[in-house]
Amino acid sequence: MRKGTYSILENRPVARDVYQMRLSGDTAALTAPGQFVNIELDGFYLRRPISVCDWDGSGMTLLYKVLGEGTKALSGYAPGKALDLLVGLGNGFDASEGDRPLLVGGGVGTPPLYGLAKRLAARGATPMVALGFADRPDQILADAFAALGCDVRVALVSENKLVTDILPDTRADRDHYYACGPEAMLRAVHATLPMDGQLSFEARMACGFGACMGCTCQTVAGGKRVCADGPVFRKEEILW
Amino acid sequence: MVNLSVTLAGRELSNPVIPASGTFGFGAEFAKLYDLNILGGISVKGTTPEARAGNPLPRVAECPAGMLNAVGLENPGIDRVLSRELPALTRHYNGTVILNISGFSVADYVEAAEKADASPDAHMLEINISCPNVKHGGMTFGTSAGSAAEVTRAVRSVTRKPVFIKLTPNVTDIVPIATACEAAGADGISLINTLLGMRIDLKTKKPILANMFGGLSGPAVFPVALRMVWQVASAVKIPVIGMGGVSSARDVIEMMLAGATAVQVGAANLKNPFACKEIVEQLPDVMRQYGIRSLREVIGAGYK
Repeated sequence: MRKGTYSILENRPVARDVYQMRLSGDTAALTAPGQFVNIELDGFYLRRPISVCDWDGSGMTLLYKVLGEGTKALSGYAPGKALDLLVGLGNGFDASEGDRPLLVGGGVGTPPLYGLAKRLAARGATPMVALGFADRPDQILADAFAALGCDVRVALVSENKLVTDILPDTRADRDHYYACGPEAMLRAVHATLPMDGQLSFEARMACGFGACMGCTCQTVAGGKRVCADGPVFRKEEILW
Repeated sequence: MVNLSVTLAGRELSNPVIPASGTFGFGAEFAKLYDLNILGGISVKGTTPEARAGNPLPRVAECPAGMLNAVGLENPGIDRVLSRELPALTRHYNGTVILNISGFSVADYVEAAEKADASPDAHMLEINISCPNVKHGGMTFGTSAGSAAEVTRAVRSVTRKPVFIKLTPNVTDIVPIATACEAAGADGISLINTLLGMRIDLKTKKPILANMFGGLSGPAVFPVALRMVWQVASAVKIPVIGMGGVSSARDVIEMMLAGATAVQVGAANLKNPFACKEIVEQLPDVMRQYGIRSLREVIGAGYK
């Protein structure tokens, strides 16, 4: 983990209530896709944990949804503003798994899968991608996955389709899955897909680095902190 | 040169700054970030005789200038803490280790304290009779002078280590509870634990915390803590460890002026993992700014 100052390069809406923020600063602490940052906001006591969508040597991209007062304030920050971040939190995905991986994303659970897809594609394991959104205006990143060469399928709740409805078409020759999305989606994916997988969870948390025990969930190996032991858990560890 | 050292229950601390129980785990997460030896002491995560899974999620909620928690004493149990967690801490930390103990009965406190007495890795015991987030036990022992004294006497009889009793602010008058602990053999008083509070989510129209209520900490509680430290420190002869919303070197000195011999820093660690280190580093400058040569001279100077 690194604590540091990051400068906003861009902060603009890319879908309904979803903003893309590009930050410049030291990314050495980011070691795996699926990790997150914890952002200090003016006038709010607790930081806001946001997953990292993608990063390179000079900065990172975050995609976040305005859900409450904190993210609303974040969406109003202008380029040039400096933010205090804890960077490189959580374990992230182990991107070495699977020769023919399947990525399953739901809503704003999709962003960390983009950085993952890039790294899978880089080792010749370009994934198949199944995404679910509430409606067309909520859709994010589908074109970006396609630009990486991924076979992308999208399910919209507004068209009476859940992401799990489009899985049977795509899972046949897939040997590993990576999933991030609402708990109900993760639960359905966990119950549906037969191959090994990794699932990324979300929880209300305070510190984000394993100190407060505010986000402990129960696993087959006992209590685990979503922030520090997760947010990614292996399929066989999970207890619902 | 300014002198930051204090003496707490016979032990010399290089400075009065101690991360508070429940905000620092057993130090492992912070040892990756900085050398813990800069800290005067460390109060580790509250420990019970048996391992506990804690409360359902959500366990935390935000407030103006603070936070609520209802973790519910999740911990690996006294045996594992003594055999694994504390030895791991003292391998790279040479300062004073305060073992925080919680329980659901007098027998629980006695069992954990008796085991801790044999450990070379725990220098002092902090008996938490003030956890607001568990039913049956915890805070109920700290809300009457009689039961607080009963726990104090029982723990006192099974250990030679210094015993600090950690009190709850959720009482009408904290002074008779503190003096009862002193009369029952306590070596010191720690205060305050969190203030019981709640938040309700407008979207779901239900409490945010699964436990409904949780403990309020952070800068919001600092004036309440300061007032109670003043009341207790001026009423007892034993040392007081002051805590509650301390977030800066100035807050540390203010707590000491109110009578604290040492000061714990809690929620600030969760917002800024370097909070304790930065506070210790800032103390000399703030002392010089206010003409303080030794921190010992400010203890209780507010009322003396």
